Amino acid sequence: MRIERIKKHKEYQINDKVDLSLIDALIAKYNGKKGNLIPILQGTQQTFGYIPNEAFVKIADETGLKLSDMYGVATFYAQFRLKPVGKYIIKVCHGTACHVQNANLITEALQEYLEVLDGETTDDRLFTLESVACLGCCSLAPAMMISDDTFAKLTGKEAVNIVKNIKIKESN
Amino acid sequence: MEKTKVIVGLGSCGIAAGAQKIYFKIESLMQTDKLDFELKKTSCIGMCFREPLVEIIDKNGSYLYGNVDEKRITEILEKHIKKNEPINEYVVSTKLFDTEDNKFFDAQVKIALRHCGMIDPESIEEYESQQGYAAIKKIAEEKISYEAIIQSILDSGLRGRGGGGFSTGMKWRFARNNKSDEKYIICNADEGDPGAFMDRSLLEGDPHAVLEGMIIGAYAIGATDGVIYCRAEYPLAIKRLNIAIEQAQQKGYLGKNIVGIEGFNFDIHIKEGAGAFVCGEETALIASVEGERGMPRKRPPFPAESGLWRKPTNINNVETFANIPWIICNGPAAYSKYGTEKSKGTKVFALAGKINHSGLVEVPMGISIRDIIFKLGGGIPNGKKFKAVQLGGPSGGCIPEFLADTIVDYDSVNATGAIMGSGGMVVMDETTCMVDIAKFFLNFTQEESCGKCTFCRIGTKRMLEILNRITEGKGEDSDIAKLEELAIQIKDNSLCGLGQTAPNPVLTTLKYFRDEYEAHIFAKKCPAKACKPLLTYEIIEEKCTGCTICAVKCPVKAITGERKQVHFINQETCIKCGDCFTRCKFEAISLQ
Repeated sequence: MRIERIKKHKEYQINDKVDLSLIDALIAKYNGKKGNLIPILQGTQQTFGYIPNEAFVKIADETGLKLSDMYGVATFYAQFRLKPVGKYIIKVCHGTACHVQNANLITEALQEYLEVLDGETTDDRLFTLESVACLGCCSLAPAMMISDDTFAKLTGKEAVNIVKNIKIKESN
Repeated sequence: MEKTKVIVGLGSCGIAAGAQKIYFKIESLMQTDKLDFELKKTSCIGMCFREPLVEIIDKNGSYLYGNVDEKRITEILEKHIKKNEPINEYVVSTKLFDTEDNKFFDAQVKIALRHCGMIDPESIEEYESQQGYAAIKKIAEEKISYEAIIQSILDSGLRGRGGGGFSTGMKWRFARNNKSDEKYIICNADEGDPGAFMDRSLLEGDPHAVLEGMIIGAYAIGATDGVIYCRAEYPLAIKRLNIAIEQAQQKGYLGKNIVGIEGFNFDIHIKEGAGAFVCGEETALIASVEGERGMPRKRPPFPAESGLWRKPTNINNVETFANIPWIICNGPAAYSKYGTEKSKGTKVFALAGKINHSGLVEVPMGISIRDIIFKLGGGIPNGKKFKAVQLGGPSGGCIPEFLADTIVDYDSVNATGAIMGSGGMVVMDETTCMVDIAKFFLNFTQEESCGKCTFCRIGTKRMLEILNRITEGKGEDSDIAKLEELAIQIKDNSLCGLGQTAPNPVLTTLKYFRDEYEAHIFAKKCPAKACKPLLTYEIIEEKCTGCTICAVKCPVKAITGERKQVHFINQETCIKCGDCFTRCKFEAISLQ
């Protein structure tokens, strides 16, 4: 759940070629089952990191699900993304416990270092910065999650250092 | 003689604190040093403030080591395992001698959390060895009727632990009484309250207890299919649930003719939530399982009559289900002996915020909030003053210090204007601004409003705008009256629980901390010094050494002064970023 829905202040071109055959198996698995819309979208996002426009059309063609229904669902739930994201998604927790332990300072420090706003992706497509509502690590607040790793009891400086280290690792 | 056991706590919180590394370290030391013991995993025991935790059970008993790092674990294995000399100073809890943290467990009564941190959640055999699946077997052996089970749950006094507090037995009876060839039972694991992690710990620590609770529920109401609706943000919980379901299917606890009960066919599926707080509401959850936008539907008809796919459906919370097998095994009287007249049994609370011992506790109903915070929670860190506790997440409210002797039961908590909720308790000290907290929760509900009702969709937006204005120092005289009017309208006119409770954080803070609102609006001051636009930074002349660090670092060059001379902040240009305040080594900058 994102506290602040993605607010893009810059549009970048999506030139990614999408291999739609990757979701053939997924469509076959769920086609015709009731209540399949969300699992199909979840599976598509897992495959591509987001839901490309072409995928919507393909799913509609092959399953008979309505484009309008799919788009309605994809924009309702915070989990779904319609644009590609960075290789690493930085989720800064803004749950109550993190909020009272100054989670804002972490987001601010990362925004300054990465030069992006909340919800945006860096130009090198390495990092996407997001605010989420509660990772469930309240006892270790303030916390953030990068990919599947959770980092606890942070300060702004520590958070920046963690991201710096990933960047160094990536440039090697 | 039994082998010594070394058990590492691998819940989400433990892993975040580095427990996985410790586990690997123990594994490698075991090989290099050829140590002889049994290495095991468990989940969160609730003592999050001492993570990572490693328990060693030897012939004398159990020693729980806390704050374990790689250096410590090497030392512990060296002394405790090789030389049989426990390192008492690292032990945080044991039955063998007194430790400071023993009292953290002494005051608790663990029913729902009975296995958390005790067994390996990925092993059905360990669950079975601790009375696991004994309740459903008892039902089969003693041929207990569904009516008798519903009566037991009614007698136990168990009320819905997800926040609503509706009698579980009554709910089951309604679902039972609706005749249909298909019926559903749903476990609500869409724990969306920011600040609550009880359900996550339970699912990660004891998934089989939740499954068994659902199986018993299915038997009682006659359900044919089960769904666990779990947040996608809890990957570890989903993984462990999947393992547990597979194991239960293999052992015949799920499937056809369960535990030999002729004609009792039932299976459970997991549905991953897609991130919408409103899906914690029953009818919105059902819409989401059906693959639609998670928007609430009008009630009646209630889900017990027409729920998932328009069939009778019963929805209970994770913690509610975890209590069920225990009640069937031990009898309703054993459960109802805990608690108060109208709220029986125990309740799990997640302690977080400005508190020394953050973690998970299970206490009998009727204990006072003060006892939870000070006896179990170890009080407020850094000698700060306890100000308020937030209960019930965005639907709840803030209970001020002077009401801390309120006991926890549904009715007493409701009387304060807060709600019991699912059990998140976020503690606040004197540095927390209550207007800011109200704004925080309203921002959350405003974002999460599904948009169906005008009052919730637009009303919360207008309230948030007013609160934003107040915290920015642009509050107007009529703002409090406007907030109250909007709050009442939203409460009265929204369709579902989200809207009906969204104004609670504002209403309770207005009730107990009205002076803070007034200070923001009239004096343009934030008493807790948390709202940045209302602060002024000034240099204390006597303390300033003229080191120039603040002037150099000021992003807007608002600080002027010669080297070794007293500096000065130009209030006109100051953007109140606070950089000078954090950088000054001489505490020469004051915050007003």
